[in-house]
Amino acid sequence: MTEASLVSRITDFASRADPYPLYEELRRTPVLHEGGDGPYVISSYYDIKALFHDPRISSDTITLAAAGRDPLDEQEETGGLPLSFLRTDPPQHDRLRRIANSGFGPPHRPRRIDGLRGVMAETVTGLIDGFGDARRIDLVDRFAHPFPVTVICRLLGVPREDEPEFRTWVDPLVASLDPGTRQSADDAFLKSLHQSRTALGAYLAGLAEQRTAQPQDDLLSDLVRRDGPDGSMAMMEVLSTAVLLLIAGHETTVNLITNGMLTLLRHPDVLERLRREPELSVNLVEELLRYEPPVQIVSQRTCIADVEVRGVTIPKGSRIWLMVAAGNRDPERFKDPERFDPDREDIQHLGFGSGIHSCFGAPMARLETQIALTELARRMENPRLVEDPPPYRPNAVLRGPRHLEVAFDGLR
Amino acid sequence: MAADPGARILREGRIVIVGASLAGLRAAETLRAEGFAGELTLIGDEPYEPYDRPPLSKSVLLGMASPIHTELPHRREIAARWRLGVPAAGLDLAAGRVRLADGDEVEYDRLLIATGVRARPWPNEEEARLDGVCVLRTRDDAADLYRRLKAGPGRVFVIGGGFAGSEIASACRGMGLPVTVAERAGAPLVGALGGVVAAVAADLQLENGVDLRTHVTVTGLEGDAAGRVRAVHLSDESTVEADVVVVSLGSLRNTEWLTGSGLGAGPRGIACDAGCRAFDVRGIVTDDVFVAGDVARSPHPLFGYQFLSLEHWGNAVAQAETAAHNMVCASADRRPHLWMPAFWSSMFGVSIKSVGVPPMGDQVMVTQGSLAERRFVAVYGHQGRIVAAVSFDNTRWLEFYARQIERGAPFPVEFPTMDRRPEGRRPVPAAFPDPSLPTHGATVTLTGYSPADRQLVFHPARP
Repeated sequence: MTEASLVSRITDFASRADPYPLYEELRRTPVLHEGGDGPYVISSYYDIKALFHDPRISSDTITLAAAGRDPLDEQEETGGLPLSFLRTDPPQHDRLRRIANSGFGPPHRPRRIDGLRGVMAETVTGLIDGFGDARRIDLVDRFAHPFPVTVICRLLGVPREDEPEFRTWVDPLVASLDPGTRQSADDAFLKSLHQSRTALGAYLAGLAEQRTAQPQDDLLSDLVRRDGPDGSMAMMEVLSTAVLLLIAGHETTVNLITNGMLTLLRHPDVLERLRREPELSVNLVEELLRYEPPVQIVSQRTCIADVEVRGVTIPKGSRIWLMVAAGNRDPERFKDPERFDPDREDIQHLGFGSGIHSCFGAPMARLETQIALTELARRMENPRLVEDPPPYRPNAVLRGPRHLEVAFDGLR
Repeated sequence: MAADPGARILREGRIVIVGASLAGLRAAETLRAEGFAGELTLIGDEPYEPYDRPPLSKSVLLGMASPIHTELPHRREIAARWRLGVPAAGLDLAAGRVRLADGDEVEYDRLLIATGVRARPWPNEEEARLDGVCVLRTRDDAADLYRRLKAGPGRVFVIGGGFAGSEIASACRGMGLPVTVAERAGAPLVGALGGVVAAVAADLQLENGVDLRTHVTVTGLEGDAAGRVRAVHLSDESTVEADVVVVSLGSLRNTEWLTGSGLGAGPRGIACDAGCRAFDVRGIVTDDVFVAGDVARSPHPLFGYQFLSLEHWGNAVAQAETAAHNMVCASADRRPHLWMPAFWSSMFGVSIKSVGVPPMGDQVMVTQGSLAERRFVAVYGHQGRIVAAVSFDNTRWLEFYARQIERGAPFPVEFPTMDRRPEGRRPVPAAFPDPSLPTHGATVTLTGYSPADRQLVFHPARP
């Protein structure tokens, strides 16, 4: 039997806790193609950066389907909704993203994210207070998982009283993203998934109609506005955008926060510094996005022309994987790349991607993680890892611990 | 082996930087970052610490930023002796001495000239003195213009439809002020972007309510009895009443103080080699005088070794860093200034960006998006190569085109791109008013990523 391919070793669950040695091996062949209709795997920082800005690289799901089966078996839960802007190319992508952005950030809504600061701080405080007298908690279930949904509810404009019910629909959807859950899904789960999706769609449609009639100061109201230069989104587009923000903004943020706490617990000196210097959190989160990015692989790409990378011609129609987590530790770009160093100068990582599909929610994820980590560091007394490495989720793309057991001596 | 003078300069040299703006400051910071421990003097004619200019024609005019708060952030402590508010008045190359307007003299072992440019004034001095006739270059200019716009003039008249003039017109419309733009050519921005793209800029102005007058020149400015400007006379014999006239006719290079110094300085700037060392009038490169920023003209291997003067923010930074490095390093460690020309602008809510040298292009094709929608990437070609790309609201793709230019990628662009429209399949004449002449020679490819390991690879021209 021949040695297992590098791609299959990376996707293999056994390497989930520490894929970085495999990424190092990968970078020795910056353009790796292991044959057949397998992906062209790109692992150096500059090549990935260039391809993110290359107009011959498509993110369109339909183009992608023609490129054959993806070994990652990622699947988007569109549930009958039109493709979100994450999975379309210009000009459709640009129009949808512009409208979405008109409700999210500058120039139209420069204070939208900053306006959520209070909700974020209040939610974080509530969750930490909720640890109560416990001296050991699972940070994922008790903190990182519930936090982002509350923030997204406030962003979209889901009323507080609807949030508990809203959560019961979102949770199965988020769970279904994980290949492990999908493989073991029984009929009952699939049925509940279908029901959740239908219920969530109906709920959001109702909310959107209400906002059309009576606009409020929230994102959903901006998505249904009709006076912008790009017109408004069709109702189905509103729903697919809202679901995209929910799904894409959830698991990634959970993992960023969990990876962050894990990294801090492995670097107690930095944790202690953060406790004393909360302003460190800005650089710390950037370095975290480099060191442990919540999206490890951008796999939904194909080329619509032959593309040459480092002398290798990637034929038109090929599937391309951009290994952002490998590029983030590329010694050609970063000095001492395997070291977690929030004092690093010139942190420009691929953690949020780059180019037209660069992370839409980045400003929100940054602020959420800055607040979450600062407060955890400030309030937990003598926190320590119970298990290292912690158990991981099966997902190789949205990589993160399933649980993170943390022991501590009390709350400050 | 004899000690390289670089090591002594680094340890105990005297370095003088004339020009305390973006290039001067970044050079000073780079010198210290390179370990320069000697005496550093910065000379600037304005009484202010280095400040940023791009906001002056944009957010400052809209009142969204204060003209006195655009100071450039310092990257590090530079421990310099500042001589602000005193222009340099002369240079003695042989003695290594800069003379200041107040009679003071400063000696140097290495000199960096970064005196930049100033706004070209209205040529008729009497008319230029009328109250309400303005230029925009400095923060004092911006504060003055902002005050005048805020007072709600009946009409603003902008002479010249280049980038600065168009940005000023955009700010006026943003404040709801009536504004007229007069442009000698057929459209605004035509000199920088060519007629095809400039037509889009013209539409943009008209649609935003600018009274755009093309193919006209201003023949005179008329004042009232109190010495305030009241009307503008045009070559088509029309007259436009205006209370504020902004003269936006480009810039003049600040080289007069070097007249007679023996340095190769004149109205077109100061010629230097790719290592930023100034040429003297005999065409011999100096060893101790360096140039950076808007005032420099340096040969660029990607563009036929033409001497390029680039009034670009990014060029000032990159050239200052290279010049500073070369001023204190060993001669074998000198680096060439191989910056990819790039600039940006924003007007009427549209973000415009350019890479390469559009005026070198004789043909243009729209490879992404559409001119009619005003969201596009236009690629410029010259002699079968891509030499520039310009985007309207499509900034994120330009990095790709910059790499294509560096590689000498072929033009016309044959490969498919996302959002390629039928109109973009074929190149059309770029329609520059004064097309560049063809050059013949070797093609050059840039390789490598960090400034330290950029190398030139020569590919001999095919017969």
